[in-house]
Amino acid sequence: MTFEYAPAPESRSVVTLRETYELFIDGAFTPAEGGEYLTTVNPADETKLAQVAVAGPADVDRAVAAARRAYETVWSRMPGAERGKYLFRIARILQERSRELAVLESMDNGKPIKETRDVDLPLVAAHFFYHAGWADKLAHAGLGPDPRPLGVAAQVIPWNFPLLMLAWKIAPALATGNTVVLKPAETTPLTALAFAEICQEADLPPGVVNILTGAGETGRALVEHPGTDKVAFTGSTEVGRQIARAVAGTGKRLTLELGGKGANIVYDDAALDQAVEGVVSGIFFNQGHVCCAGSRLLVQESIAEELLPRLKARISRLRLGDPLDKNTDIGAINSAAQLERIRELTDTAEAEGVQRWSPECALPGSGYWFAPTVLTGVSQSHRVAREEIFGPVLSVLTFRTPEEAVAKANNTPYGLSAGVWTEKGSRMLWTAERLRAGVVWSNTFNKFDPTSPFGGYKESGYGREGGRHGLEAYLG
Amino acid sequence: MAERRTSRRTARAAEGGPPARLAVRKTYKLYLGGAFPRSESGRSYPVTSASGQHLANASLASRKDARDAVVAARKAFGGWSARTAYNRGQVLYRVAEVLEGRRAQFAAQAVAAQGLSPDLADRVVSAAIDRWVYYAGWTDKVAQVLGGANPVAGPYYNHSAPEPTGVVAVLAPQDAPLLGLTSVLAPVIATGNTAVAVTSETAPLAAVDLAEVLATSDLPGGVVNLLTGRVPELAPHLAAHADVNALDLTGAGDLAVELEREAAATLTRVLRPGPEAGGGEEAWLDPDPGTARMTPFLETKTVWHPVGV
Amino acid sequence: MPVPHTAFAPEATTNRELRAFLHGLPGVDEVGARARAQDLSTRSIKTTAKAEAIDLAISMVDLTTLEGADTPGKVRALCAKAAHPDPTDRTVPRVGAVCVYPDMVATAVEALRGTGIGVASVATAFPSGRAPMEVKLADTRRAVADGATEIDMVIDRGAFLSGDYLKVFEEIAAVKEACGTAHLKVILETGELVTYDNVRRASHLAIRAGGDFVKTSTGKVSPAATLPVTLVMLEAVRDHHADTGRRVGVKPAGGIRTTKDAIRNLVLVNEVAGPEWLTPDLFRIGASSLLNDLLMQRTRLSTGTYPGPDYYTLD
Repeated sequence: MTFEYAPAPESRSVVTLRETYELFIDGAFTPAEGGEYLTTVNPADETKLAQVAVAGPADVDRAVAAARRAYETVWSRMPGAERGKYLFRIARILQERSRELAVLESMDNGKPIKETRDVDLPLVAAHFFYHAGWADKLAHAGLGPDPRPLGVAAQVIPWNFPLLMLAWKIAPALATGNTVVLKPAETTPLTALAFAEICQEADLPPGVVNILTGAGETGRALVEHPGTDKVAFTGSTEVGRQIARAVAGTGKRLTLELGGKGANIVYDDAALDQAVEGVVSGIFFNQGHVCCAGSRLLVQESIAEELLPRLKARISRLRLGDPLDKNTDIGAINSAAQLERIRELTDTAEAEGVQRWSPECALPGSGYWFAPTVLTGVSQSHRVAREEIFGPVLSVLTFRTPEEAVAKANNTPYGLSAGVWTEKGSRMLWTAERLRAGVVWSNTFNKFDPTSPFGGYKESGYGREGGRHGLEAYLG
Repeated sequence: MAERRTSRRTARAAEGGPPARLAVRKTYKLYLGGAFPRSESGRSYPVTSASGQHLANASLASRKDARDAVVAARKAFGGWSARTAYNRGQVLYRVAEVLEGRRAQFAAQAVAAQGLSPDLADRVVSAAIDRWVYYAGWTDKVAQVLGGANPVAGPYYNHSAPEPTGVVAVLAPQDAPLLGLTSVLAPVIATGNTAVAVTSETAPLAAVDLAEVLATSDLPGGVVNLLTGRVPELAPHLAAHADVNALDLTGAGDLAVELEREAAATLTRVLRPGPEAGGGEEAWLDPDPGTARMTPFLETKTVWHPVGV
Repeated sequence: MPVPHTAFAPEATTNRELRAFLHGLPGVDEVGARARAQDLSTRSIKTTAKAEAIDLAISMVDLTTLEGADTPGKVRALCAKAAHPDPTDRTVPRVGAVCVYPDMVATAVEALRGTGIGVASVATAFPSGRAPMEVKLADTRRAVADGATEIDMVIDRGAFLSGDYLKVFEEIAAVKEACGTAHLKVILETGELVTYDNVRRASHLAIRAGGDFVKTSTGKVSPAATLPVTLVMLEAVRDHHADTGRRVGVKPAGGIRTTKDAIRNLVLVNEVAGPEWLTPDLFRIGASSLLNDLLMQRTRLSTGTYPGPDYYTLD
C-alpha cells in the first residue's frame, strides 16, 4: 500500500500580523523619517505579509543616539546581575511565545515549521538563558579581571535564521553590557520586530535594543555610522570584505561570520545510515541556506557506489512543500533572487558536464522552490565545488586516501565547517586536527548550542559566537 | 660588540700606523627559509648608529623577497604547527639559551646602534632573553587556558581548542629593534604560526643578529623569516597577499589604516597597533604580557562527537 | 492472517565467516540512530491518513497473551476479541494473529477455527531460551503439530554475546526446519543485546539463518521495542532485500500501547524500509492493550467524539 500523509498544517491563528511595522527606536515603534516602506512576502506563495519601514541615515542617527544614551545612563551602570535578569525574562517570554514566533518565522522565511519549532526557537531561548547567566560572571570569563563593555554595537544579520541570528548577536552584546542597533535582513524582518515587542513586554530600558529594518543601504549606513564601537555582521563574504574595509581606521571592533563551502568527509568504515542522514541534514537542512552547510560530499571512492544509491533513496523520501505543514522537510527558497542564483550555479554545473539528479518532486505552482539536487562527477575545478550556492544542492566528489580527503576539504578560501564520518576514533581525530575549519562535526552535522563557539577560518570570517569565546567579541 | 670594536680600531689606525689585525666585518643579510640570502634585488642600505656613525650595510628587501618569505613561511607551517607544544617550548627555550650566551654582543650593539645607556641595554637584553623563556612556557599552556570542553545540551562531546591561524606578517616596532621584535615575534611562533617579519628599518642589525641565534636554536627554517628594509615598500604587498593569514600592524606607523583596508580583501586577521607600538625598547619591558599577543593569531576550532555505545 | 513461509535454504558456514560478515557490517551510531527515530516520530499523521493507519495497524497486531497465569478460558476470550475486535462495528479489520504459549496452541486453534486468523506460538524455551537444543526443537514441533502457523523463537543471547554466532545460526536454521510450513519469527531480545551494533548483527544473523521475520523482544525484558531498535531492524531487512531480493519482515513487540506508538512504527516502516513493508505479511506489532486504543481512536475519528474504555471489551 501507499501511506500518504494528509496535510497537517500548523495553525496560523497564533500569529497576528500588522499591516505596517515601524522602526523600533528608543523603546518605541516610530516611522522612518523618509516615509519609505518595503513589502515582505511569504516565499512559499508570494503573498504579501506586511509592509515594513525602511530606515534611512537620519533613523540610524536616532537609533545610535538612543543606544548611546541607554548605554551611558542605564545599561553600562546596571549591576550585571540585574542585566542578567532582563535576559532571563526575555528568554522566558521567548519560550512562552515560541509557537507564535515559529509560525511567523516559517511564514516570513519559508523554512519548515518542523525546523523553526524544533531547532530555531529552542536555540533562540537557550541563547538568552545561557548569556543571561554570564552577565554577573564576566570577571571569570578569562578575559581579564575587569572586562568592560565596548559601548554601542551595530549588528547586521542574514535571512537564513532570522531570529536565531538575532539571538546570537543580541544576547551576548546585552549580557556584556553593550547596547545594540540591529538590522534584520530585508526579506525576513518580522520576527525581529516581534522581538522588539518582547523587549517592551520585558520592560527592557528604552534604547538598549533598537531594531532598524531596511535593505542593503540601511545596513551600510549602520555599519559605517561613526557613533558605534563595534560591528558584528553575519552574511556573505563579499559584504564582509566591504565592512572590513569600512571599519579600518575607525577603531571599532569587528566580528564577521561569512560564507562557507563545507566538506563532509565519509570514510569507508563510516556508520553508513547515520552518514547518509548527516549528509542529508548537512545540505538540505533549511533548504541549504546555511553558511556551514556540508555542500561538498567527499566520499571515499571505495564506498561511493554503495553510498550514493542509499543517499538518493533517502533524498527521495524528503517531503517538499508547505512550510507550515508539520511533515514538510524542505520548505521554500527565501527569495526570487536567491532562487535565481541557485538556478544559475546549478545550470552552470550542468553545462560544465556535471551529472545532475533530483528525485521526482512536484513543486508548488506559486512561491520560490528548488528541488533537492545532487551533482555527481564534480571535481575541485568546477564552479559548484568552489562557490557557495546557499541552496539545496549537493556536490559529490571522491577521494582515495585520508591525506587526499583533507587536502580537498581544505582546498577552498573558506573555512567554516567540515564533517567527518568514521567509526575509527584515531582517524577521526587525525582528520579533525587537519581540517582548517572553525567547526568540525564528527559523526554528526549541523549541531548548534549556545555553549559551543561558532565561527570560521580564512575567508569565512573572524571572531567566534557562542560559549565563553563569544564574549570576547563584546568586551574590551 | 664586534662592530664597536671595529670602529675603535679603525679610529686608532687613523691616528698612526696599521692595525695589529684587520677586523673581519659582517655582512648583514636577510633571513629566509632558514638561509641568509642577500636581497634578490641586490640592494642594500647604510645603517648608522644613534649618533649618525656608519655601522654597516643592511640588505634592502624587495617585494619579491617578501613573496619568497611568505612561500617559505607557508612551507614551514605544516611541520611547525604539527610539532607538539612541548617541542615548540623546547625550541623557544633553546633560543633563550643561545641568546644568553651572546648577551654581551647584543648589549653592546644596543648601546652602539640605539644609543641606550649600558644599564638600559643590559635590562633590554635580559628582558629579551626572558621573553623567549616566557613564551617557551606558554606553548603547552595556551590551549588549556583558551580551550576546553563545552557542556552542550545533548549527547555530544564538544571541545574547543585554539589553533594557529597560519602565516603571520609582522611589522615589528620601528624603535624597539631587539626586545620589541622579540615581543611581537615570539608569541606568534609559540602557538605554531610561522612569521614573516619586517624589522626596524633604521636599526635592523639586532634582527639579523637574532636571526643567527634562531638559526642555531633548532628552529626549523622558514618558521621565522626576517626582512630588513622599508615598511612602506614591503607592507602593502604582505597585507594584500592572499596567502598571509594575519597581519600584526605594530610597526606600521601612519600606514596602519591603509594596510588594514588592504587586508580586508582576503579577510586577513589584523592586530592593530597597541599603546606600546611607537615606543622604544623600554615600552616593552612588562615581564608578563599575557595572552594578548597570542590570541589575535589563533583560531578556535570546535569539534563535536556523539557519545554513545 | 497466516503468512506463507519463505523457501530459503541457509548456506552452511563457519563461526569465522559469520564473524567476519557480521563485524564487516557498517556500524550504527547510537546518537544518530536515536535522532533519526526521534525525527520520524514527529511526523503528524492526521485525518484520512490516520484512519488508514489505524486499520492497517489493527491488521498487523499479533494479539498476545504470554502469562504464567494463562488458562484456556483466557485464551478463548482473547481469540474471540481477535475475531471481533469491536462487536458493534464489523468494518474493523481482523488482527494479524493470536500469539500464545505452546501449550495453549491447541486451544487457540480451536477457538479461531473458521476465522482465518492464524495462531502464533512462542517456542524454544521462551522467554530465556535456556534449554537444551532437543527441548527447543521438541517445543517447536509440538506447537506446529498442534496447529501453530507461526513460530516466534528466541535466540540464544548468551551464545550471541559470547561470540558463538555459529551456534545461534544453527539453532535458528534447525528451528526453521522444524517449523515445516510454519512461518518463523526470530526474537532477538534486543534489550539484552543492548547496543545497536548488536541489533544490526543479530538481525542479519537471523535473516541469513532463514528467519521470515525478525522480532525485537519477548516483552519480558525492558527496554523492549523502542523506535531506534525497530529502525535498525528495518534497515537490516531493507539492506538484505537490496542485496538478495528477498523480503524479511519485522515485528516490534513489547511496550507499544497507544495508537500514537503504532503510527510512529508505521511511519518508520514507510520511510525506512519502504511502503512495500506496509502489510501484515512483512510487519507485525506484538501487543495486547494496543488493540483497544486503536479501536477507541478509530471511533473518535469516525464519530468525532471521544469514547471511554468501558465501551470496549476487555478481551
